[in-house]
Amino acid sequence: MKNNNKIKKYHNPVGESKYTGLFLVMPFIVGFFLLQIYPFVVSFVLSFTKFSINDTPEFIGFKNFKMLFSDSDFWKAFFVTFKYVIMLVPLKIAVSLLTALMLSTRIKGMGFFRTLYYIPSILGSNIAIVIMWSFLFTSEGLVNQVLDAVGISKIGWYGEETPAMWIIVFLRVWEFGSTMIIFLSAINDIPRELYDSARTDGAGNIKTFFYITLPMLKNAIFLNLILQMITAFQEFNAPFLITGGNPLKGTYTVAMMIYDESFKYYNIGYASALSWVLFVVISLLALLIFKFTKKIRSD
Amino acid sequence: MTKNIKKVFLYVVLILGSIFMMYPVLWLIGASFKTNDEIFSSIWFMPESFDFSPYIKGWKTSGAYNMGHYFINTFKIIVPRIIFTVVSSSLTAYGFAMYDFPFKKLLFSFLMAMLFMPQTVMFLPSYMIWKSLGVLDTYIPLTLPSLFASEGMFIFMLVQFLKNVPREIDEASRIDGCGTLKRLFFIYIPCIRPALISIMIFTFLWTMNEFVQPLIYISSVEKYPMTLALRMSMDSTSQGYEYNKIIAMSVVGLLPSVSVFALAQKYFIQDITAGSLK
Repeated sequence: MKNNNKIKKYHNPVGESKYTGLFLVMPFIVGFFLLQIYPFVVSFVLSFTKFSINDTPEFIGFKNFKMLFSDSDFWKAFFVTFKYVIMLVPLKIAVSLLTALMLSTRIKGMGFFRTLYYIPSILGSNIAIVIMWSFLFTSEGLVNQVLDAVGISKIGWYGEETPAMWIIVFLRVWEFGSTMIIFLSAINDIPRELYDSARTDGAGNIKTFFYITLPMLKNAIFLNLILQMITAFQEFNAPFLITGGNPLKGTYTVAMMIYDESFKYYNIGYASALSWVLFVVISLLALLIFKFTKKIRSD
Repeated sequence: MTKNIKKVFLYVVLILGSIFMMYPVLWLIGASFKTNDEIFSSIWFMPESFDFSPYIKGWKTSGAYNMGHYFINTFKIIVPRIIFTVVSSSLTAYGFAMYDFPFKKLLFSFLMAMLFMPQTVMFLPSYMIWKSLGVLDTYIPLTLPSLFASEGMFIFMLVQFLKNVPREIDEASRIDGCGTLKRLFFIYIPCIRPALISIMIFTFLWTMNEFVQPLIYISSVEKYPMTLALRMSMDSTSQGYEYNKIIAMSVVGLLPSVSVFALAQKYFIQDITAGSLK
């Protein structure tokens, strides 16, 4: 009986073995264990060692973690990263959602506008754009000139922690294209009849948005929230290139600290411990969001 | 009447938004022809006169190699990566979409997990592994992983496309005696060509933009890709204040991506207008 079940388990066409598929996905299996799991485990083990690149690792227990928690740079980097996530993620999601709503109306020339709004997300992570962005916010840069022209006093963007952070946040908000696309496709999937019947019941635009559009988009919002949060927690390129983590380490993210500890100071053990703390924080937050939204999402 | 007003309002907002989205890029292009003084004195993107010397000076660079050299380096990474990605992703997706096998569900959930794995955590241990293999400062750490279907996103996309291919074609080809791989090449690949082209385009654009990986693995200037060369020029000119040179080379650095985007617009537009890039 048990044997019978086993045979029935794999539905493959006549003449194909149950190993054919396994053979086909072999590149993935090998890659997953060699390039994901193995480094992951190595990093875990190293986080309990004192190890700088050329000598042998020495086991020191939880010492790295203890050192981390008493390292003021560590707390500052986490504070900065959290601040960045909180400044960026809600804003980016709101902008993407509003733009997606505008771009989902069926009027002439919409394809053109969609392409235009999408372009920055393709070019945006290019170093060239990041360099350009850093020029826009210099004391005599475009942004300050525009502010000056409309009568607002110029801002020393690079001089203070929060304005410097905004430079990076604005760059990442500007590249909202891929987030917007997820919303666009979700909006497309909302059955038109829902709106038609709501209209006949006399519901206005604002009402249909809150009672139809928003509830129908909750999965897309959730997906974007998780994806954007994970990406934002790992921000490296923009602060590394634009602000260099300055001023006063006010844009010095955890990812930058990992990079410095790893490849500048070669504190491999310490950097591994730091990576693992970041990993645990991201996972816990993702899990929390998942748990908290579970009820809302399943309604 | 009110409907028309709404429409006009929407267009106005959309056009204002477009200016906001595109002006930085326009300004960048304009600034590449400006003199250094003009860059910081005018918000209008058009230069007073077109000066091509930033391009000539920038292309030559102040270092040992000209920009062409770094471009070729970037392509040395892009070409193998595209080939590896297409081959490994289609094989893997084909296996997941068409066959049933032991641990399939578990393996598919691994694929899912890979999408959410914070890659920052992997940098250091991956570096150690490539170091122990003695391939640092080569393009191997940048290209070889693509051979192992390392982009979960692409596999998902291909699985969706493969599942939409009508089953009748598959059965007919079996009766005609097509083997497993023959069916993939002659039946499925042609059917999922648009998806494969999108994968190539995205691999191209992502590699073009890639910064951290080369920063970690490539140490000799001779092997720098475009991105690292640009960053280097940014460092070396900070004393010279030749901003127009950097901006000119940034524009050049964007050209491959822009051209690919323009050429492959059909595929993007489909995705964007259908909103089907899930």
